[in-house]
Amino acid sequence: MPSLGADMEDGTFTEWHAEPGQQVARGQVICVVETQKGAIDVEIWQAGTLAKLIASPGQKIPVGQVMALVATEGEDWKAIAATAAEAPPRGAARSERPMPASAPGPVPAAVAPGEMPVTVPATPGRAKISPAARRRAEELGIDLTAVKPSGTHAVISIADVELAARAAKPPDRQAAMRDAIAAAMSRSKREIPHYYLATGINAERAISWLEKRNEAVPIGERALFAALELKAVALALRETPELNGFYDAGGFRPGAGMHLGVAISLRGGGLVAPALHDVDRLSLADLMARLKELLRRARSGQLRSSEMSDPTITVTNLGDLGVETVFGVIYPPQVALVGLGRLQMKPWVTEGTIAPARVLQATLSADHRVSDGMRGSRFLAELDRLLQQPEILA
Amino acid sequence: MSMNRDEVRKALIDCILAVAPEANFSEVRPDRPVRDQLDIDSFDFLTILQHLHEKIGVDVPESDYGKMITLDGSVDYLMRRVAKR
Repeated sequence: MPSLGADMEDGTFTEWHAEPGQQVARGQVICVVETQKGAIDVEIWQAGTLAKLIASPGQKIPVGQVMALVATEGEDWKAIAATAAEAPPRGAARSERPMPASAPGPVPAAVAPGEMPVTVPATPGRAKISPAARRRAEELGIDLTAVKPSGTHAVISIADVELAARAAKPPDRQAAMRDAIAAAMSRSKREIPHYYLATGINAERAISWLEKRNEAVPIGERALFAALELKAVALALRETPELNGFYDAGGFRPGAGMHLGVAISLRGGGLVAPALHDVDRLSLADLMARLKELLRRARSGQLRSSEMSDPTITVTNLGDLGVETVFGVIYPPQVALVGLGRLQMKPWVTEGTIAPARVLQATLSADHRVSDGMRGSRFLAELDRLLQQPEILA
Repeated sequence: MSMNRDEVRKALIDCILAVAPEANFSEVRPDRPVRDQLDIDSFDFLTILQHLHEKIGVDVPESDYGKMITLDGSVDYLMRRVAKR
């Protein structure tokens, strides 16, 4: 079970999109897991052949626990599946590699392959159960391995099954998301010594350039100013890599790329910040296409595990509905958050002349354990410089 | 194909509902900015315009975004564009 967010402790398994004997490629979606942030498509990060599927629908699985066994090149998946079925699970874990379902780098709860304990029983249903309770469990679709007998005879009763069914009911999505945000933000404010910087950036040149570009392309290829801003943020981070990465027990760990977590508010409440990968290396057209796709999937509840675990920094953009300035709260274990406010028409002085200009208030919230205000200022200055040369953001 | 005002209005509302399915148009003030009332951000707005383009063949350029502020104003503007198609 991959960690799909700073404070995720477990996930509820929903369904497999693969079967034993199937070859899988790194990055392929193999199953779906329900989390506090909605249903997530889980990608496998290791190529091989699926040998045995351990997780079953409805099962609540702690982060780090094995969900499936995968045979790597040269291994016989049938032998692995057979060994896993016969031997106690702990023995099985030694004979082949358990499958970490998420990239190891930025995931705080990732466990090194081989050290991962297998605690899902391979032979379920050992507890005693009354026939009536078994029938009721089948009706309700309850996994009997998850039901604990409450009576004195250690026999699972109908009441136990019904209790388990109520507990397994999907929780209120909005309340769960509020809890997830509360947990992550409380941890952030408890642990991260934030410092905050803000600057006004004249956005006239960048907007005019974008308007000209958009006039020349069909409506489906129009780019939003938000996409141009993301590109500028990613390129500016090259100057100040200490804002892009993670802080954990080992101190600061730089991000492996400019994976920008894009804060997206969901209709009906809640917030997710999935990653757009390698934004500094995307053309504006590609970036816009990926942003559209990400927004569409975020709003329809189809995000992928790598998008949940990979962001190296978060960008919150109030676009044209919000206020002028936003000071964000860092999403742990990240070390910085960039806030982009609503464009405001303001008087701007250039070479002694006052002229109206659309001004962007850009802010930085950063972790003082990793960087200082001087470096943070350097980032905002670089962001300004890039937005004055929009051609290089194309 | 000509369209009357009601048809244009319905086409616009259908396009808005495609991105904001919870929108209740009996509560939307037609003379106030519609995006603020329905939390339509710039991305949603662009999506609505793409739907409109597919549906009624009107391509709204960015320079005309200022004419698409209220529901009534948007319908006025789209009527003029539909007539010129």
